[in-house]
Amino acid sequence: MRIPILKLHNYLLISIQIDLDDKTAIQFQEDLLNKIHKSGSTGVVIDLTSVDIIDSFIAKVLGDVVMMSDLMGAKVVLTGIQPAVAMTLIDLGIHLHNVPTALDLEQGLIKLRQELEE
Amino acid sequence: MDFQSCVTIQKEWDIVGARQMGRNIAKEIGFGTVDQARIATAISELARNIYLYAGSGEICFERLETIDRKGIGIYAIDKGPGMEEVSRVMEDGFSTSGGLGAGLPGVKRLMDEFDIVSEVGKGTKITVMKWIR
Ligand SMILES: Nc1ncnc2c1ncn2[C@@H]1O[C@H](COP(=O)(O)OP(=O)(O)OP(=O)(O)O)[C@@H](O)[C@H]1O
Ligand SMILES: [Mg+2]
Repeated sequence: MRIPILKLHNYLLISIQIDLDDKTAIQFQEDLLNKIHKSGSTGVVIDLTSVDIIDSFIAKVLGDVVMMSDLMGAKVVLTGIQPAVAMTLIDLGIHLHNVPTALDLEQGLIKLRQELEE
Repeated sequence: MDFQSCVTIQKEWDIVGARQMGRNIAKEIGFGTVDQARIATAISELARNIYLYAGSGEICFERLETIDRKGIGIYAIDKGPGMEEVSRVMEDGFSTSGGLGAGLPGVKRLMDEFDIVSEVGKGTKITVMKWIR
């Protein structure tokens, strides 16, 4: 399974709509980095509104992809993390400290614009 | 101790299958969404550990019912290599695979009861339970 990555101006938008298995998560990581490289995008929003579970593996993949994108010069914002998912992550001991987040897609785009203009 | 069902963990996709099945059972028992997410996440961690470290094994679910409370019991059983020091693997950040090492200590925090029996060369059995509040 492949997660679609949409391009909008110089941003990339991803909405994760499926229950992520490990392979799909790793494939997504690779696809996103390639797409950043090819498109020269400077900002990425990954919307997690439909994701109802983030375990330690998926959390690691998401945290890594934020760092990797950063190295390449693109800012990533995670949006729409569900309350139940946020509580579960904290129980797991995963804090995603350096990962920019926003309430929803709209806020995410605003945050990106602010970060990129600074 | 009435109803029990098991899923085999053998391939990567079984991790997703196990947590979806666990979530459905938790929902049927009457757990709210947050606890459903906690239970599904715990199962995901246990199933992935089986897949990664033991190769294969199974996850079994049990509906728990006493006079005054209801809950779910989850058993993660494998005949893998076992663990040398159970106390070490329960430390936050301890990992032999470059993972976050959040798995087992995290599972303990997500659930109400946690028990681990492991013997080197024989395998591991982890039992966790959660009760409806
Ligand atoms: N079923 C098992 N059989 C043998 N060893 C195991 C088993 N489950 C866990 N372990 C050992 O315990 C260690 C800690 O497990 P834990 O799930 O806490 O962290 P991890 O799997 O290394 O990383 P994470 O789960 O955060 O990705 C593992 O690195 C592994 O050495
Ligand atoms: Mg683990």
